[in-house]
Amino acid sequence: MAQLHETEHRECDVLVVGAGGAGLRAAIEAMRRGLRTCVVTKSLLGKAHTVMAEGGIAAAMGNVHPEDSWQVHFRDTMRGGKMLNNYRMAELHAKESPDRVEELEAWGALFDRTEDGRILQRDFGGHRFARLAHVGDRTGLEMIRTLQQKAVSMGVDVAMECKVLRLLTDADGAISGCVAYHRPSGGFLTFSAPAVVLATGGVGKSWKYTSNSWESTGDGHALALWAGGELIDMEAVQFHPTGMVWPLSVRGLLVTESVRGDGGVLRNADGERFMFKYVAEMFRAETAETEEEGDRWYDDHAAGRRPPELLPRDEVARAINAEVKAGRGSPHGGVFLDIASRRSAEYIKRRLPSMYHQFMELAGVDITRTPMEIGPTCHYIMGGVRVDADTAATCVPGLFAAGEVAGGMHGSNRLGGNSLSDLLVFGRRAGTGAADYVSGGRGVAPLDGTAVDAAVEEAIAPFSRDAGESPYEVQHDLQDLMQTNVGIIRTGTELTDALTALDALAARVANLSVRGGRAYNPGWNLATDLPSMLTVSRCTTLGAINRTESRGGHTREDYPSPDAELGKVNFVHSQPSGGGYREEIKTVPEPILEMPGELHSLFEDPT
Amino acid sequence: MSDQVTLRVWRGDSTGGAFEDYRLERVEGEVVLDVVHRLQASQAPDLACRWNCKAGKCGSCSAEINGRPSLMCMTRMDKVGGDVVTVAPMRTFPIIRDLVTDVSFNYEVAKRVPAFNPPARPEGGYRMQQVDIERGQEFRKCIECFLCQDVCHVIRDHDELKQRYAGPRFFIRLAELEMHPLDTNDRRRLAKERMGIGLCNITKCCTEVCPEHIKITDNAIIPLKERVVGASYDPVAWLGRVVRRRKVRTSDEASVQPAP
Repeated sequence: MAQLHETEHRECDVLVVGAGGAGLRAAIEAMRRGLRTCVVTKSLLGKAHTVMAEGGIAAAMGNVHPEDSWQVHFRDTMRGGKMLNNYRMAELHAKESPDRVEELEAWGALFDRTEDGRILQRDFGGHRFARLAHVGDRTGLEMIRTLQQKAVSMGVDVAMECKVLRLLTDADGAISGCVAYHRPSGGFLTFSAPAVVLATGGVGKSWKYTSNSWESTGDGHALALWAGGELIDMEAVQFHPTGMVWPLSVRGLLVTESVRGDGGVLRNADGERFMFKYVAEMFRAETAETEEEGDRWYDDHAAGRRPPELLPRDEVARAINAEVKAGRGSPHGGVFLDIASRRSAEYIKRRLPSMYHQFMELAGVDITRTPMEIGPTCHYIMGGVRVDADTAATCVPGLFAAGEVAGGMHGSNRLGGNSLSDLLVFGRRAGTGAADYVSGGRGVAPLDGTAVDAAVEEAIAPFSRDAGESPYEVQHDLQDLMQTNVGIIRTGTELTDALTALDALAARVANLSVRGGRAYNPGWNLATDLPSMLTVSRCTTLGAINRTESRGGHTREDYPSPDAELGKVNFVHSQPSGGGYREEIKTVPEPILEMPGELHSLFEDPT
Repeated sequence: MSDQVTLRVWRGDSTGGAFEDYRLERVEGEVVLDVVHRLQASQAPDLACRWNCKAGKCGSCSAEINGRPSLMCMTRMDKVGGDVVTVAPMRTFPIIRDLVTDVSFNYEVAKRVPAFNPPARPEGGYRMQQVDIERGQEFRKCIECFLCQDVCHVIRDHDELKQRYAGPRFFIRLAELEMHPLDTNDRRRLAKERMGIGLCNITKCCTEVCPEHIKITDNAIIPLKERVVGASYDPVAWLGRVVRRRKVRTSDEASVQPAP
């Protein structure tokens, strides 16, 4: 069909949506293969959410603990994810992340060093050995700048400040391109590309207290679902245990896990190190029983077992939540994270410079003298687009996904440090997967003009409604709803109520009005983000209703224990009768990928 | 301080504009970006403003607050003081709309910087000492907010020099590469001839506004200028090169990107 709305048109072989770690790494790989590659990003280049990552990149390089190996990293990752992970992704990730870190170094990253000049690695929650390659507490910045500079040196083509509205498919359901708009001008664009790599990151902006930026609206999750893809494990949302709680305006802002990795401890209002009370059976054998034992471990991992502050994030977040609920919280509704009484001011400033700066400037708190007030914050979604581990291919021909938008790698809970390595390992694999697909003879095909027009018309509709609602109000209510009903602790009735409320919110999204023109209009931009936010929120709620157990980042008050049978399935969401934020979502359980025997044997040793 | 605050925000586009006043209630602990967000959600839904992390890590929300180039997300309202706070876009770059400017100049310059070029990886990996990389690490703290570019008077007042002047952000990039223990390129001539390091007259405005407190002038620009002088004018250095049969790379020779 002929297209009625005029758009600027571009063509390439591989279109990468998102310019964070995964997107840039995918683009680099596609360019290395000599393919015409274009990166589309909602922000400026180098500003993606990867920049916020603080602690480090997990990779079993063994620079600090030579006994570390991919097998141990694999085992930690699977246990952290409560065995819901796609084992093959966890395996590839553990095997390949050391190479990906060294590659970054060859591209100019300046990691902190060991005494003998190698890449230094630090301790983190859930990792048996010190494994995180890092640069102080600004590892994400180092990673994104390195990838950005590498991609620019290769002549990458980046469409900055562009938002993708819809993926386009041909008559056979294979990817043909996408419709987008350019935020500075408000002009529409179409891209023809046989392969699209989704690398759009997370969904946190649908919650009220989040460490995520405005960009994390689940665009890639929604684009994939609408185009015929499947989402899995959407109920698995990670609430990072340590976000700032005061001042209110920065509530949710991340406080790196490195504070605990470098010696910080959690205390309640009574000054008690409460984490010792919350050690789950699964982790008891490897966790210290007394404060003295935990403290010995920092200096010598053989002299004691790890302190419980370094349990996986889901365990710590639930414990903090329980302490606050029991009335032992800090003045602003969190608990205390104390490194001031445990490490010298000089050490804290050297190891945690951005945390020092962040608390000093935003809260007026000197963390070298005073404990921080912290509480859980919506941080990461483990669930995402269902992909093939080796190629990052989705079930839609030509569509690939990598990084936070992809599901499976982290199971029901992600270990700190595993996201940056995930971006590198699967970003590269998505680039290779897309390049192989294109090299297999897929070329640029004409776009479906009707679908382009429909996407454009849906996007501009809010301008022609006079009496509709402000997108900010709908976003505010969505965030309130998700925080209250689909937050860190969930119950069946609240989730069912949320589903009804989400339908009502979707009806309000269909009746938004926007003031002003299309050029750099944040109100309009938000109106175009809300359909994705609604879509992923519905999937998260549906997954949470179906998963009648507690596992990793998903905690049901009415089903407080894990259920062995549910541990064998993923809940898979799809839209068989047409993609859209108001269309029906089908949710079915499907068996998880079965782990081969030789990997199973890694879990037999109880320590 | 009263319980109300006036935010005086520049509104307009490339064809012109003016400051507009908005009255809002004062909320404890807020930064300027919070107030801008509250404005968007209430009185001015189409107020254009760039931001991402709201934690001083991405460098998106650069603006001139009461005339001082700053990040909106790291500027506390109670530190700015007074009941009227003025927020204007960065003055050096062309206006797109309201507080958003066209910073593409910086991305164009970035393309002209020859990237890090190490020797082949030795068996067992590269080795570097912490002390040797700390200088580079200081420069890599840069969040590319471009406030240094905004206050640099060479960029601000000399449109005609833009083709051959890179600005402080890229001087720290060049310094980082030149001081990298493993880099094999030599960008000294290029820094002089194509990046205009000589045009900087070290007024230190860039250092003063850097939200990452990078000592741009003292630690990057001045040492880089010294290296450039050594490569171009120093007779002793010249003799040393003759004796050791070393050559300074020309700008063209230095303008190579590493293998993909």
